[in-house]
Amino acid sequence: MDMSRTLRIRVLLLPGLLLLAGCAAVTLDKDLNLTPEMFAQRQIQTRRFDTTDEQKILKTCAALLQDTGFNIDESETKLGILTASKERDATDAAQWAVFIVGSFFGVAIPPDKDQIMKAFVTTRPVGDSGNQVAVRVVFERIVFDTEHRIKKIEALSDPKIYQSFFEKLSKAVFLEAHDI
Amino acid sequence: MISDRFCKTLLMLIPLLLVAGCMTTHDRLLDMDTSQVQLRSIQSRAFDTTDKEKTMRAIIATLQDLGFMLDRADYTLGVVTASKARADVMQVPAALRVTVTVRPRGEKQLLVRANAEYQRGPVTEPKPYQNFFNSLEKAMFLEAHQVD
Repeated sequence: MDMSRTLRIRVLLLPGLLLLAGCAAVTLDKDLNLTPEMFAQRQIQTRRFDTTDEQKILKTCAALLQDTGFNIDESETKLGILTASKERDATDAAQWAVFIVGSFFGVAIPPDKDQIMKAFVTTRPVGDSGNQVAVRVVFERIVFDTEHRIKKIEALSDPKIYQSFFEKLSKAVFLEAHDI
Repeated sequence: MISDRFCKTLLMLIPLLLVAGCMTTHDRLLDMDTSQVQLRSIQSRAFDTTDKEKTMRAIIATLQDLGFMLDRADYTLGVVTASKARADVMQVPAALRVTVTVRPRGEKQLLVRANAEYQRGPVTEPKPYQNFFNSLEKAMFLEAHQVD
């Protein structure tokens, strides 16, 4: 009686899981279209600085990323771009606890182990006479589990991360950061 | 007797293996499965500007807006490559990679061409490119013209 009930629940759960697993994380339909969420992200990830010196801002960004442990991967000053990355530990005690408990029941999801964090900075002159520079930074991370498989690739969208980055940048260039 | 037949079968297998060895996936290096002219037209748009820097900056800004991470950019070559990959426990991991090139078209225009790759295959349908150029138009404040 009890067994058949759990079985029924499992059978009901399965199509749900399959449906979820069926959707791709990136699709051609939605990922080349601008959405209001994307504009909201831009708002969070961008600040304006009162300066005409775009190169100086870009240089400071490079120095700031280096200060926070990033390595510079690619840059093109003429286009105002900079990309950087770093590898860090991603061990999470809670996930290990779930893993150990799960192993007893035969449903073990390997816990996170490493992560690659990426930063992508762009600068561009803005304002009527080009007297301001807009800086946008995007952070992303790739998480690997203990079996070196990619577990998660996600954009880091917590506004606090960006606030903290721009506060540091603002201090480093001795300029106030304005919202866009 | 049986072992003799077995030997013959084995001997016959060797040339088969050799033949199979000749079949490679090299032909994918210069993918020629769709009409190249048609594909080029799907992937290209002309803009009424000669400002290469501004155009490339608009392309990069658009890709950043769309959540792409930059892989490579070269002003002199007029090339930008960016990719967007996402994965989660409940979702199928997927990656979209785009290379955009900018070059002069006549005296007064720039030709922008985008090549997309999705899940290890080329993107040949027009709709995704249309979406990308629609997004780019907004950043360029210019109309994208279809070219033949």
